[in-house]
Amino acid sequence: MIDIEQVRKVALLARLKLTDAEEQQFTEQLSSILDYVQQLDELNTENVEPTTRAIELSNITRQDDLKPFEDRESILDIAPDREDDFFKVPKILGS
Amino acid sequence: MTAAAPAKTEYEAVIGLEIHCQLSTNTKIFTSSSAEFGADPNTHIDPITVGMPGVLPVLNEKVLEYAVKAGLALNCQIAPYSKFDRKQYFYPDLPKNYQISQFDLPIAEHGWINIELVDKKSGTVERKKIGITRLHMEEDAGKLVHAGSDNLAGSTYSLVDYSRAGVPLIEIVSEPDLRTGKEAAEYAQEVRRVVRYLGVGDGNMQEGSLRCDVNISIRPKGQEAFGTKVEIKNMNSFSAIQKAIDYEIERQTEAVESGDEEIVQETRLWDESTQVTKSMRSKEGSSDYRYFPEPDLPPIEVSKKQLESWQSELPELPANKRDRYEKELGLSAYDTRVLTDDRSIADYFERTIATGADAKTSANWVMGDIAGYLNAEKLAIGDIGLTPEGLGEMVNLITAGTISNKIGKDLLPTLLKDGGSPKAIVEEKGLVQISDPAAIEALIDEVIAANPDELAKYRAGKKKLQGFFVGKVMKQSGGRADPKLTNQLLGKKLNG
Repeated sequence: MIDIEQVRKVALLARLKLTDAEEQQFTEQLSSILDYVQQLDELNTENVEPTTRAIELSNITRQDDLKPFEDRESILDIAPDREDDFFKVPKILGS
Repeated sequence: MTAAAPAKTEYEAVIGLEIHCQLSTNTKIFTSSSAEFGADPNTHIDPITVGMPGVLPVLNEKVLEYAVKAGLALNCQIAPYSKFDRKQYFYPDLPKNYQISQFDLPIAEHGWINIELVDKKSGTVERKKIGITRLHMEEDAGKLVHAGSDNLAGSTYSLVDYSRAGVPLIEIVSEPDLRTGKEAAEYAQEVRRVVRYLGVGDGNMQEGSLRCDVNISIRPKGQEAFGTKVEIKNMNSFSAIQKAIDYEIERQTEAVESGDEEIVQETRLWDESTQVTKSMRSKEGSSDYRYFPEPDLPPIEVSKKQLESWQSELPELPANKRDRYEKELGLSAYDTRVLTDDRSIADYFERTIATGADAKTSANWVMGDIAGYLNAEKLAIGDIGLTPEGLGEMVNLITAGTISNKIGKDLLPTLLKDGGSPKAIVEEKGLVQISDPAAIEALIDEVIAANPDELAKYRAGKKKLQGFFVGKVMKQSGGRADPKLTNQLLGKKLNG
């Protein structure tokens, strides 16, 4: 179960502005998802190590070789706003 | 009747440091873009750096190697199984809205280093073991430029440069074992020495490749529980770390004693211009990072074989060098610290004494005239003409009495600039020390004959004039007369 206060907190952390109706709606929907997933709690996992990967794979690394990306303009171009070679963002509020 | 004043409560500070250190790799932690410092804005960006959908970050093997080596050098246990996590927060310098970091399974934990606190007056050294909680790998964020004002509050918009985003960092978290600003600054310097010795980072604080955050609280001495802790940021030198901590200890102590101000858990910024810490607006409610395992990066399992191989590549570390120089070479704690502060200087010194040159004399040359020259000319030890073998040769000439110390000093400027063999120069220019008593006596006779007035004054009791005569004889000999012998012989002649 999740209550409306938790929904508000998650919305704040995700920087989402929800209407009263949406808060209600998401409380119900998120609760229903969590309830569904909660069925897993029925399993006894006492002696099971937590897993951090879905496939058995580790130590994937690459060599420290320089391969610059050639088209940085394409990245700057798709930014909502730019000033010369900078990305431009709105005034950052303190809190 | 005098009433005893109530005993004043004594406070102590509890300090822990978080050090972020950039690793000196060619490329970023998860992409093959350059990790170079100081590039033009957004030069080193790519789809992974800015977090485009569908990209796949892949760990730079050098980052892992450097982090493990730093962990080993800091006496940590290297995790047999480690992983990356996403730390979520919103700030424009973070292109993906999460930072790839390590949360509960860092690459290294449970380490320690010894720091040395030298009392300048007495020369005594106090050693203290500082625990290291953990060391983990993470990516750096970008850089913000606040437009329209010199600070965040007054700016109308901000500009973002993501060239630095994704540059590899290690974060080293200490135990709260530090008690004073001096200890904290010394600890940070020792960590930097280690990082530099390993060659895994340059530790440059001005360029931000070494950054220090301080956690500090105070409590009455003897109390177990910690006080409310405050975080201080924005110190860009070791002396700023020390000053910020000393200021904060004073501020918190006053607040507790007067009861006027409550200490709140917050982040404060050190202001270098006014030498005070200032409260940042609190980020209430936003410091819930909701870490979860990074699904794009498989875990890391460092094999025993790999670990042994990296361990075998570690150089002798500064603490071991200090210990060895004191015990085996008989150098003072002060000398050992100066010589081992920079690995290239320590290497130079070691190659010098490998020629059989006396350690203390060699140390004096390296720390005195040579260090002075490096400072004045803004050079590194590798830039000078004088090789360590050359210096060794010169020190040997001096200790063997072939040349005087004075001749050594005269030769130095040429050697520093152009190099060459001191022995060959000495022979070529005829600078060999005059140690033949007869030759020196002849010089003395000349000098005495040329200065009858001074001789009369000397014999009338003005004994200080011996120095005058020594100077004249040295000059007459072109600096080559053995000063000790000259003094002895001169004494006899003057009194004779």
